[in-house]
Amino acid sequence: MTDKHNSALPGPNDIYREVLPNGITVLTRSNFNSPSVVVSGYFDAGALFDPDSKLGLADFVTSALMRGTKKRTFDKIYNELESIGASLGFSSGVHKSGFNGRSLAEDLPLLLNLLAESLMAPTFPKTEVEKLRAQLLTGLDIRAQDTSDMASMVFDEILFKDHPYSRPEDGHPETVKRIKQDDLVKFHREYFGPRGMVIVVVGAVKAEEAVKQVKRALGGWQVKGQKEAPELPPLKPMKKTVKRHHRINGKSQSDLIIGTVGPKRRDPEFMPAMLGNNILGQFGLMGRIGDVVREKAGLAYYAGSSLSAGLGPGSWEVSAGVNPKNVQKASELIVSELKRFVDDSVTAEELKDSQENFVGRLPLSLESNGGIANALLNIERFDLGLDYYQRYENIVRDVSRDDVLKVARKFIDTERLAIATAGP
Amino acid sequence: MTNSHTEVTLSNGLKVLLKEIHTAPIISSWVWYRVGSRDEVQGRTGISHWVEHMQFKGTPQFPANVLDKAISREGGVWNAMTYLDWTAYYETMPADKIDLGLRLESDRMVNSQFKPEEVASERTVIISEREGSENEPLFMLGEAVQQTAFRVHPYHHEVIGDMADLRTMTRDDLYNHYREFYVPNNAVMAVAGDFEMDKMLARIRELFEPIPVGKEPARVAREELPQNGEVRLSVEGPGATSYVQVCYRFPAASHPDFYPLTVLDSLLAGPSNLNMFSGGISNKTSRLYRALVDKELAVSVHGGAQATVDPFLYGITMTIHPKRKPEEVIAALDREIQRVQEEKASKEEIARAIKQARALFAYGSENITNQAFWMGYAEMFANYEWFQTYLDKLAKVTAKDIQRVANEYFKPQSRVVGTYVPLDGRVK
Repeated sequence: MTDKHNSALPGPNDIYREVLPNGITVLTRSNFNSPSVVVSGYFDAGALFDPDSKLGLADFVTSALMRGTKKRTFDKIYNELESIGASLGFSSGVHKSGFNGRSLAEDLPLLLNLLAESLMAPTFPKTEVEKLRAQLLTGLDIRAQDTSDMASMVFDEILFKDHPYSRPEDGHPETVKRIKQDDLVKFHREYFGPRGMVIVVVGAVKAEEAVKQVKRALGGWQVKGQKEAPELPPLKPMKKTVKRHHRINGKSQSDLIIGTVGPKRRDPEFMPAMLGNNILGQFGLMGRIGDVVREKAGLAYYAGSSLSAGLGPGSWEVSAGVNPKNVQKASELIVSELKRFVDDSVTAEELKDSQENFVGRLPLSLESNGGIANALLNIERFDLGLDYYQRYENIVRDVSRDDVLKVARKFIDTERLAIATAGP
Repeated sequence: MTNSHTEVTLSNGLKVLLKEIHTAPIISSWVWYRVGSRDEVQGRTGISHWVEHMQFKGTPQFPANVLDKAISREGGVWNAMTYLDWTAYYETMPADKIDLGLRLESDRMVNSQFKPEEVASERTVIISEREGSENEPLFMLGEAVQQTAFRVHPYHHEVIGDMADLRTMTRDDLYNHYREFYVPNNAVMAVAGDFEMDKMLARIRELFEPIPVGKEPARVAREELPQNGEVRLSVEGPGATSYVQVCYRFPAASHPDFYPLTVLDSLLAGPSNLNMFSGGISNKTSRLYRALVDKELAVSVHGGAQATVDPFLYGITMTIHPKRKPEEVIAALDREIQRVQEEKASKEEIARAIKQARALFAYGSENITNQAFWMGYAEMFANYEWFQTYLDKLAKVTAKDIQRVANEYFKPQSRVVGTYVPLDGRVK
């Protein structure tokens, strides 16, 4: 990698990090290439807190944050935002909930004010809550018709049986119907707060100015007795392959997901698994899986694999969209590719190709403000170190064929797979 | 995004646009062909898109599988897309690796093989792509509306093509289409990023200028006649949710009315984002959101125009509230359309639309791929000046212009109204 490349990678020399007295961590990096700015971050109020009977609560709360605050109505909030061509949105995850916004740099103070108000002083007006409920329920009706969403839901139910990860964050129609306005207010009061919150600001603003603005907007937020997230129970390993089909009548195509549990982001196996996954179902036109299922057999428009690794155990899954009559055939081809992947190590050429791919595409992933913001969030969430992206090339190149084979064998057992399908 | 650029037309007719941007060690290179579903006849619908797929199946110099690995190995991303009027291919790569992308594009402009066995396996892939789309209620509705809006113009079919044609088109059909349209005089090349202008241009000349000029491709598009009366249609399918799509006829992107219509779109449904590599903004204070979603007639509303060579459509898509009927939503929509026809928009509303467009422009300029995209894209339906002067032209739009175009283009007798009727468990 040339010096020129290195200078473009974020590192301790140009990332500024500060922890405010109330516990909020701020990271910023300037980028004056375009007159715009991105603000994103997360806080500890994810779906892990949802009771089973009111699943979808964290999602409902985050969706409702901008429906009215002590200072502004829903229409006023969005009028301010949209009038300046800015955007701001909240979303919930299992462990954390997050936000993402952007504006012209000149409008950063307003964007931060709206963010702070939505986080600190939402009022959850009843009429707005009911409007939102109808939208969420329609979303669930649409999900019920989506072969990809439903296959994914069934897959999580099999793989993470009896574990909070088996639950869809957006809940079920019956649980969303059960959530009352009081539940939203209570959830916000108990779980929202500055402790554990991280905010990144990237774009055409100087670091000290960005931090000053964040302090002004969010530095005064104090919450007494902000509750801790519940402990994650251990995951029960699968004893045998479990297959389940979810029927949706009238569809032309079925979605198929085959997979297993993957490493956590912090595990040393993470990078070997990422490179292995790239070979298995990403590299070129979707790796070995794409080659066998799409290119050779012509069975699918899309076929590939993905690894999702977070704070807890992730999933390692192969997915494909296929004609309903080809589900069995595609499934067999995928399982035989997984067998090959655990039986024999990847070739030296395959590994080298994927390593080059990871190193080469890094500048591209860090090109926009949003790309850099994601990188800073990763650094903070997984404690990777401010110099992570500067060390990245070495981390990638240190992985050997044997490392890949070891993680493949540790995580993938073709006798213990979760196989989910949705379609007619 | 208005850095200076250079335009050169090579001796074989290939137009080249170059823009140096030194913000990141990245180059994005695009080749655009003036061929899309607009150039297709019945029996061969979807052929342009299928040809695009075949362009990834190899040449003698870059056989399939070598091609994709080579790009990925160098840390590049590449893809292609086929649309109504054009087909585009791009590679965005580390700056010192772009030569591979340039060599690949010059090679596959002429040397793709279209081997029969590759055509056969791609046939099922494309059929599978169409089946995936058919799973979506909005695809089924959109296809029905589009084919109703156009009787003689080839915009009447979806880019993916009709299933009947996907089953029967032959290898020779595909190859002939490729040979006819993939000629340098029917293409535009756009490169942006971290390079030196003279060196880049010399390399492009070296690789592309030897490709001989081709016969000017024949165009099959015929002008659509005016529509004399509203058409309503319905599509039935699985699900519990109703959708309505209302389409009005819009002018070509090069028409001066495109600008006031763009501002009107922003007022009605929120600003449409024309960037391909950067997201848009919400529309919760647009007139239609306030009238339809806030009033709980619909749960979402989106509007948008496309920049096209020939007049196409402006579509408003509404997801109907579970307790409401499509007719109630259409009636409320009509009241809002009538309002823009009868009352002038305020200065503030217009200023707001301009600011929104300016912000979307800034977001788009964060990204080199998007900047190269715009140089070629604008050439497909107008020219790069269209893009460079876009914000200025929007800024000149007046309330009077908006009212005039609202009356001229949003006529009930020249619209198509499509409703998706969910069967909700009933068997079709």
